[in-house]
Amino acid sequence: MRIAYYPGCSLDTTGVEFRLSTAFCANQLGLDLWEVPGWNCCGASSAHSTDQLLSLALPARNLAIAEKEGLDMAVPCAACYSRFKTVEAEVRQDEKVQQDVAQVIDMDYRATNNTRSLLEVFVEQVGLDKIEAAVKKPLSGLKVACYYGCYLVRPPKLGHFDRAEDPESMDHLIVKLGGTPVEWPHKTECCGAGMITLSPEDGLPLTYEILRAAQLCGADCLATACPMCLMNLDLHQESVNKKYKADFNLPVFYFTELMALTFGAEPKEIGLDKHFVNSLPLLAGIGKKETA
Amino acid sequence: MAGIELSAVQPVAKEWTEKLQAAGIDITSCYQCGKCTAGCPMAQSMDYSPRQIVRLLQLGLADDALRSRTIWMCASCETCATRCPRDVDVAKLMDLLRIEANRTGVAAVPEVPIFHKTFLESVERYGRVYEMELMMKFNMRTRKLFNNVDLGPKMMSKGKLHFMPPKADDGGAVKKLFERVRERRGN
Ligand code: SF4
Ligand code: SF4
Repeated sequence: MRIAYYPGCSLDTTGVEFRLSTAFCANQLGLDLWEVPGWNCCGASSAHSTDQLLSLALPARNLAIAEKEGLDMAVPCAACYSRFKTVEAEVRQDEKVQQDVAQVIDMDYRATNNTRSLLEVFVEQVGLDKIEAAVKKPLSGLKVACYYGCYLVRPPKLGHFDRAEDPESMDHLIVKLGGTPVEWPHKTECCGAGMITLSPEDGLPLTYEILRAAQLCGADCLATACPMCLMNLDLHQESVNKKYKADFNLPVFYFTELMALTFGAEPKEIGLDKHFVNSLPLLAGIGKKETA
Repeated sequence: MAGIELSAVQPVAKEWTEKLQAAGIDITSCYQCGKCTAGCPMAQSMDYSPRQIVRLLQLGLADDALRSRTIWMCASCETCATRCPRDVDVAKLMDLLRIEANRTGVAAVPEVPIFHKTFLESVERYGRVYEMELMMKFNMRTRKLFNNVDLGPKMMSKGKLHFMPPKADDGGAVKKLFERVRERRGN
């Protein structure tokens, strides 16, 4: 299966392990990711907080390139994905928006193709059966809190692939990988987004609550699809521990990293050593049940 | 807040009701149930709750909404827009208020729009975000060291920040895109 691929800025910097693990999984599953040539930043919250047309045009330019190629678009980063879905919806709904956007990007764009989150592509298009068949080292015994965050599922009017409240696609995936998803109440609570950096005293309480809920519900680790969420939960776990005199030691993974590990990837080749909370001791224990 | 001059606020209420309607947001359908506020993860850091922001606009007190801390504390999480029983897109409303507050120079938390401006300059210049330069420029412009001083080195130790700017190889398309947006805005 061939699909256009928009990595987004984070996957070259703070989320490089998301890129490495995505490439590994795609390769194992025969998914042909066509990286959009000359892709540009989606504008993130800076664009939609500054200028509406700009916030539509930046993602649209990427989508237009994929549309010309006749391809749907796979987007790993949940935040970029949300911007793409917004443009797609607005261009479809409003002819004036469609024309304005086309003029600004100097390309025709009619949203005849679909934006899909990478999670959706794996779970629904590649399919859980195919994924299960590729598992060599199951995540036996690993309890995972699937953390969807804001942008994979909200707002529902954008027509997402999973439910806005209590989504479950990632949970189903973890089951197929041999792990155990935990029941927990913070699947879609906000991680604090940019507030963690701009104003830690306002943002850190949110990160704390998510980590606390995951731990209370018995999770060994968290899985996410968003580089921003991952950074807040992983990089800032130390600040949370300091501020709240807590001792969280919860590795945070991209769901693609967990997939790649079960497919037989070496931790280093998918960038697992780039996380701040060391996951190697935890991973050393998985899959043991099968071999013992 | 001083006494309210009704003849002064009524036109403001009308103006904002119409402006927002054009953007697909009908504030007259809000019945002040407070569900938006109940689910808002940033409510504890706001001066007016999301529900109160809508109320201010209904009452023609848009200036108070524009000068609020609330709009800059909003994390754009879309919870309010997801749960409103009256289909009021409060998250988008926050965007429109930020844009207007920024345009008229009344932002209560100036660091946030400074961050956005610096971010977009990077996108215009390189087509993508150059995080190292963004962090340095933002620190200089806000005249206070990054709140998390140790973050840069931490990121670098993991090879997550680069000294060289990214290259989009877009043939200058993004620069032109920014120019056309500016032309349309008339400045
Ligand atoms: S949830 Fe909707 S109706 Fe209720 S107060 Fe908020 S905006 Fe108004
Ligand atoms: S989008 Fe903003 S106002 Fe709405 S719930 Fe999220 S943080 Fe609160």
